[in-house]
Amino acid sequence: MRERMNLVELQQKLIASARSHPPGDTVPLGFEHRILARLRAEHPLDFWSGLAATLWRLAVPGLAAALVLGVWNYATVVKGGAEVSLAADLESTVYAVVDAPAETL
Amino acid sequence: MTPVERDDAEFIAAVRGGDLASFEPLVTKYESRIFATARRYARRESEVEDIVQEVFLKAFHKLDTFRGDAPFEHWLMRLAVRTCYDFLRAHQRNRETSFSELSDGEGDWLERFATDPDNAAETEDAARELVNRMLAELSPAARLIITLHEIEGRSVKEIRALTGWSESLVKVRAFRARAEMQKCLARIARSKYL
Repeated sequence: MRERMNLVELQQKLIASARSHPPGDTVPLGFEHRILARLRAEHPLDFWSGLAATLWRLAVPGLAAALVLGVWNYATVVKGGAEVSLAADLESTVYAVVDAPAETL
Repeated sequence: MTPVERDDAEFIAAVRGGDLASFEPLVTKYESRIFATARRYARRESEVEDIVQEVFLKAFHKLDTFRGDAPFEHWLMRLAVRTCYDFLRAHQRNRETSFSELSDGEGDWLERFATDPDNAAETEDAARELVNRMLAELSPAARLIITLHEIEGRSVKEIRALTGWSESLVKVRAFRARAEMQKCLARIARSKYL
């Protein structure tokens, strides 16, 4: 038997042992559900927060649609050569309901 | 492919937008890697599960700090390593093992190594038990650096990124960790062989 143990060699051998035995990567069944349940318990999603999140997500597409419709409307008016102002257009629309019965009489 | 994989980026954006359910695919994708990491630092399975759960809860709460200029996995691994380090510091033991406390298998392996190092294979279970016992006696910083540098073979730069320590601090701690490990081995073997 050797009188003195070679500690450097022992250290290298033990490190090599740790390298040759990597830890397992098994996951307990349904672990991800447990994480989600924990998060849901921390942040209960009520109706209003869900609605707010949905509206927030729809804000950009809504603005884009309004912009496209506005440009299209403007282009149509200019192309048709009509010089109708917005105020006159609104007035005729509002009074259309009032004028219609008189016309039918 | 950009640093953040497309699927990850979509799920992360959805979670940030308030869709909690989109976090589940991220957990499913990375949980096995986080479990393997946590098992390097904790032995009891209940402790391992606690660590992994804490990593994902932290990831959810800190998701707004993820910039997306590196893969999500790297960001998550940083969180995992730092959580494991916190665990080691919280469960630090100042217990020292002597040779007489080793199991029969560990003692036998060590005796064979002392007689003929080639006769003590590193693949044996006794060697694994011995190295686990030795790692458990190291200080948290030493254990972390030995695991990352010596066992996992990570570079100084990688360790710097994972731990947040400077490169010079990583080198100093690696040097000290090797010395601490040799001191620990010397103490275990002293009574019998030294």
